[in-house]
Amino acid sequence: MSTQTSAPTTGQPAGAAHNPPAVGRSVVFRIKRCQGPGQASYWQDFKVKIPQNANIISCLQQIALDPVTTDGTRTVPVVWDSGCLEEVCGSCTMLINGKVRQSCSCLLDAIAPNEGDVVTLEPMSKFPVVRDLWVDRSRLFHNLARVKAWVPIDGTYNLGSGPRETPQDQETRYVLSTCMSCGCCLEACPQFNKEEKPADWDHAFIGAHAISQARLFNTHGTGRELAPQRLEVLAGRGGVNDCGNAQNCVKVCPKKIPLTESIAAIGRAVTIHKIKQFFGA
Amino acid sequence: MPGANEKRVIVVGGGLAGLAASIRVAEAGVPVDLFSVVPVKRSHSVCAQGGINACNDVARQQGYSEYEHFDETIYGGDFQADQHPVLEMANMAPRIIDLLDRMGVPFNRTSEGYRDLRLFGGSLFKRTHFAGATTGQQLLYGLDEQTRRYESEGKVTKYEFWEFLWPVVVDGKCVGIVAQDQRTMQIRSFRADAVVMATGGNGLVFGKSTQSVICTGAAAARCYQAGAWMGNPEMIQVHPTAIPGADKTRLMSESARGEGGRVWVPRNKGDARRPKDIPEGERYYFLEERYPKYKNLVPRDIATREIFSICVNDGLGVGGQRQVYLDLTHLPASTHHKLEGILEIYKKFAGEDPQFEPMRIFPSVHYSMGGLYTNFAKGSYNPAEPRTKHLSGSGAPIGSAVGQGLLPGAPANAMTNIPGLYAFGEVNFAYHGANRLGANALLSCIFDGLFCGMSVLGHVADGKGAAGVAQGEYDRVVAQEEAKVKALTDNAGKGDSASPETNPYAIAKEMGDEMTEACTVVRSEGRLKQALATLSSLKERFKRVRLKDSAIWTNQSLLYTRAVGDMLTVAEAIAKGSLERRESRGAHYREDFKERNDDAFMKTTLAKYDPATSSTSIEFVPIDATLIKPTARTYGKSEGAVSTKAAASPHN
Repeated sequence: MSTQTSAPTTGQPAGAAHNPPAVGRSVVFRIKRCQGPGQASYWQDFKVKIPQNANIISCLQQIALDPVTTDGTRTVPVVWDSGCLEEVCGSCTMLINGKVRQSCSCLLDAIAPNEGDVVTLEPMSKFPVVRDLWVDRSRLFHNLARVKAWVPIDGTYNLGSGPRETPQDQETRYVLSTCMSCGCCLEACPQFNKEEKPADWDHAFIGAHAISQARLFNTHGTGRELAPQRLEVLAGRGGVNDCGNAQNCVKVCPKKIPLTESIAAIGRAVTIHKIKQFFGA
Repeated sequence: MPGANEKRVIVVGGGLAGLAASIRVAEAGVPVDLFSVVPVKRSHSVCAQGGINACNDVARQQGYSEYEHFDETIYGGDFQADQHPVLEMANMAPRIIDLLDRMGVPFNRTSEGYRDLRLFGGSLFKRTHFAGATTGQQLLYGLDEQTRRYESEGKVTKYEFWEFLWPVVVDGKCVGIVAQDQRTMQIRSFRADAVVMATGGNGLVFGKSTQSVICTGAAAARCYQAGAWMGNPEMIQVHPTAIPGADKTRLMSESARGEGGRVWVPRNKGDARRPKDIPEGERYYFLEERYPKYKNLVPRDIATREIFSICVNDGLGVGGQRQVYLDLTHLPASTHHKLEGILEIYKKFAGEDPQFEPMRIFPSVHYSMGGLYTNFAKGSYNPAEPRTKHLSGSGAPIGSAVGQGLLPGAPANAMTNIPGLYAFGEVNFAYHGANRLGANALLSCIFDGLFCGMSVLGHVADGKGAAGVAQGEYDRVVAQEEAKVKALTDNAGKGDSASPETNPYAIAKEMGDEMTEACTVVRSEGRLKQALATLSSLKERFKRVRLKDSAIWTNQSLLYTRAVGDMLTVAEAIAKGSLERRESRGAHYREDFKERNDDAFMKTTLAKYDPATSSTSIEFVPIDATLIKPTARTYGKSEGAVSTKAAASPHN
């Protein structure tokens, strides 16, 4: 049966890495589906003949061409979110065999090299499902506004160049600035939980990505103007002290952003900020 | 500003052009409603890699100038662009870099802390500013952050996951739009005193391209069907270096060559050795031999044709296939580090490390020079006679003050033929002519947003706008769009929905294959006519298209299918423009008309849509070429080096 009610097991065969991928093989995609908010989830299996150099997206495209489950039921195409397909826009993030990552850069040769391998796809669990694999990540962007993740410039008219910067500082900021707001760090974080109601967002844990963005802008010559305001937010409920130090975030970040370093740096800055406040500075 | 808050501006598209426009308009106190089919931070601008061009202090002291940047862009575009807008853009470029710098964009730095520069195609000067090899991403984030700031102050309202469906045009003026929420599927109208289309390119018309899946060109196609004209639709850039893939092609930035990467194939056909085992003397660095002056940094159209020809005509492609080497293995680790963003992409998707193995690449559709046709108001620089081509490094004949190319704030700048409807960024046909120079795209997007954003404000201040337009005018367009949706969903699942004949994905794939075959690197009369016949039959099949899904919630099948219909319209405009332009110019190469023909075709291709017959008609209108006289565009090609055996010729 393609329709199941319980979660399936993942299908990663032992020793797969040593075998060259089988040409012309078929792989089963076990997909967790949901037709809309408030509706029950269910699983469907689709068999896909794997083309050369296939990634998850090209397999979903094949399913969309003619969506028929393994037991022969004709169904509607799977809904998913995607954009650049180059792992730089962050759109196509989902759980693949239980692990959060971008589906565009997930190659079938690496995760399902053998005939009959099973690949499970699920929507991220920390955000409300819109439909099937597409989730609503508005909260992630809302949290960027909470920490005022911008440089407070004096408008767009010509006022000359920005502050000079050493190559070392640029390197530090550049890496932090490659965060594509994909949400992997939030999915993996035990402290970051699903909050359906936007009213609760401002009290719930803000997450590693926003803390790291606060560090990015606190490091910039003009951006640091707003550092006290950012630190005030991060010192409060849902701020940096809610971090449980599980360090999952840094392990799943596809851009290898040093998130735990950011959390430590902001943690120290918040402490100093509070001491200064105590002494009325 | 009394009364200013009664006016509103709509911006459709949240890439560099749309965000720059939103910031400029909101800053002036006019509220902006910003529409995007994705969260704006995920827009396609994020994919741009190499950099953004502008004259700078170092190049200036070597003899470079804004004027030379202007001259390069006109020459690079094979004299197909109106010249005044390009002059203004080149002049404003250094000020745009300064602004981005102030916004905190992490541009690479020299050891003294100044902005670093790299070499790019079509120039002999280092004038490309960059942030690693993800410059587009970094610029987009800079503008995204400023937009979020205005959003939090209530000056910008975002409508993300909303799709533009149709412009509301009343008495010939654009006074709003109709859009659809892609989640709830609600269709509604929005009033505005001006509408800015900043909706990017149309790569999906070709099936596989370097563009994002959202780059269907559908929004522009809808404006086109509503009466906006297109300019130069046939001018499609095929980027020389992309990684072939199952779902798309992935860009391998020109910066790889700008930083010293070399393109080559084995000199002997069928040489099956590993690239590292092929000695230097048996490697054919064909771009360097044929273009001793610009070498691997000839403009993209030229590099693309040379790579295509080496593989298809000479049969010298690596492994006999359509691929050549792009070799970075000789470069130092510090250079690899500067290119990390793109090397990671290759490693992830091709499974080899370009630090140690030459990359295998082939040209792919990348960018549309053409787009919606727009107007402009000339600035103060109007010489009695056009000047001859600028001698590189010879100093500028004029300074770079604002207002010499275009009149600042004049409502006409970047406005389509429909008053109140603007086109910014890639969807604007201006600036790049028949070929875009690398690292000029990010510039043109931000220039449109900032400079032509003032023109939007000028229009809003001048006109009556949407005030007093009856609600019925908006409801009429909503009803039109609801009827289209109903027609599509009523047929969902009916008939043999598995049949490719009426399958939207199958129709789109056939369109993409046909357009790639007939309408990219090499074009000809016969093949284009065949493509037009194919497109006609696809349009007929599309009338009977069967959706896979009739859901009234987040129906992606519906959104995609509707866009396929619009893409067919764009495809026809591209093919018709290609057919009627019986010459070769820039990216448009006709094997049956190999020469440029200025007398007949140094003109803008104007495409107009006739709703009665659902078809495109083409006419040619004059170009503003009052600043620089056209010259032959050779990039110093060495005539002696066309044979594969010939040694490199002396410079010419």
